[in-house]
Amino acid sequence: MTIVLAFLVGGLYAGGLYMMMRRSIVKLIMGLILLSYATTLLIFTVGGLTRAAPPIVPAGVSEPPVPFADPVPQALILTAIVISFGVLAFAVVLIEQTHRSVGTDDSNNLRGIEGEL
Amino acid sequence: MGLLLLLPLLIPFVTAALALLTWRRRRIQRALALAGSIGLLVSALVLLLVVWRGGIQVVQVGNWPAPFGITFVADLFSAIMTVLGGIIAVAVVIFSHASVDSRRERFGYYPLLLFLMMGISGSFLTGDIFNLYVWFEVMLMSSFVLVALGNERAQLEGALKYVTINLVSSAIFLTAVGVLYSVSGTLNMAQLSVQLSQSRQPELITVVAMLFLIAFGIKAALFPLFFWLPASYPVAPVAITALFAGLLTKVGVYALIRVFTLLFTQDIGFTHALLLLIGALTMVTGVLGAAAQNEFRRILSTHIISQIGYMVMGLALFTPLALAGAIFFLIHNIIVKANLFLVSGAVYQLQGSFHLKKLGGLYRSHVGLSLLFLISAMSLAGLPPLSGFWAKFLLIRASLEVNQPVIAFVALGVSLLTLFSMTKIWAEVFWKNRPETAPAPKPLSTSVRLQLLLPVAGLSCLIVGIGLLAEPIFILSSQAASQLLSPAEYVTAVLGGTP
Repeated sequence: MTIVLAFLVGGLYAGGLYMMMRRSIVKLIMGLILLSYATTLLIFTVGGLTRAAPPIVPAGVSEPPVPFADPVPQALILTAIVISFGVLAFAVVLIEQTHRSVGTDDSNNLRGIEGEL
Repeated sequence: MGLLLLLPLLIPFVTAALALLTWRRRRIQRALALAGSIGLLVSALVLLLVVWRGGIQVVQVGNWPAPFGITFVADLFSAIMTVLGGIIAVAVVIFSHASVDSRRERFGYYPLLLFLMMGISGSFLTGDIFNLYVWFEVMLMSSFVLVALGNERAQLEGALKYVTINLVSSAIFLTAVGVLYSVSGTLNMAQLSVQLSQSRQPELITVVAMLFLIAFGIKAALFPLFFWLPASYPVAPVAITALFAGLLTKVGVYALIRVFTLLFTQDIGFTHALLLLIGALTMVTGVLGAAAQNEFRRILSTHIISQIGYMVMGLALFTPLALAGAIFFLIHNIIVKANLFLVSGAVYQLQGSFHLKKLGGLYRSHVGLSLLFLISAMSLAGLPPLSGFWAKFLLIRASLEVNQPVIAFVALGVSLLTLFSMTKIWAEVFWKNRPETAPAPKPLSTSVRLQLLLPVAGLSCLIVGIGLLAEPIFILSSQAASQLLSPAEYVTAVLGGTP
């Protein structure tokens, strides 16, 4: 299972970066989304895949029976998902505004401050 | 005691929340922003004093003992950086009163500024690597909106680049945190320091170190990851650019110095040699890029890059003197850089342009402003007795002590080219006669003039002060550097007793 997820994560990183290299700013956002998925899955995978072993401490003992699933990566993932949701929502609005004011979705036409010279 | 460490976070947070509640009440928001930034500065100063007297201060949030809870730590380096954050915040808020248009003020400019300051203080004070990621995001989110606020075309284009590159950097940072957790099983920086020094897989740790180098390198605008900076910083209102130039890239440098002194010291021969090379290339490309520019803000923005090179050089040499030099350089550069941008903003208020060709004659009409620019510019170039001279002197002396004459030579050459750029601005904007086409300087009302001049004059006084009283600042920096070089002190303070 870990191998499958490893290839999936690699594929998502590659796909995300490829999409970001494209000229369309819509694809740029797609790339960012894929990249954030890749990161989330990576944390999940490197945290160790332990099935059907919740880290619940039985009464009278101070540690859960080994092996148990590590809850920390899941807490990290939850935080990361919330943050990337907010940030990506902002990014989508930003490209929408940019598209409206520049009138193109070709990133080659974005010349920023040089456009004013 | 615990509250004191958290005040630099809580004060901006509370004032930002209050400013959100008073949405569209400009006057109240202005007052809140000023109160918040002054409160931040005062609490940071008190914190610095306490850390100076009583050693490293630690707070375990929610009383969860480290390494299970989130830890906040203030050593001298963090405290110094927080104080600098407070100084720049106060200057920028006062300057904003006169230079930011009312449309931006109505759309939440001040709350965003305060949230940004909270993110910056949080990044300086946290002792948990994942928490550092969260503070980075708090800071980035506010900075995204501040860059785009106003919806001008150039702003949106610049913001798009800025957002994209920062999201990539955050993804890499998070990846690195994930891998680091899998090799060490902890996120607390003090425990990480212990775990990594005992690790049996040093190669894997070097790989993680490189991921961190790329993630923070993008934020700090290191060679070859700096290309986004000149494209996105100058588009925002100049007060915001000053804040970003002074603080945001330096948060990246802070994070680099923190992880490469506390965590990744297993393979100094490789990592720090690479940092030295990157530092040299950053300095050279930055200063050459600046020489080719003809726009006030773009020249200054490109110079940020070359100055980052000096700080990385100090980190890379990794001796007490070099690190002290890097910290001294940070203190000097944050103030000088922000001040130069504020001057460019004041010039824009007077003449309505940033293009060197359309400016001129300010020395004749505004002697005071011209001299204040000259102080900052000469300090940036490193002329004695200003602050930049001492910072560069320490770094170059440190490099000669460890027999690295090449980097010393590069640093000196870059200084010379910096002087060239600064004299170019001086000659074009202040010294030459006003071009026929340029409008006469606008007369400003007394209150506007005061709000523009007060921060610039205050920061200039600090620059001269640091130059004349270099010794106390040097003692402070070298104390901070020696704390950085002995992680055991940090570890004991956080984990308590025997690590």
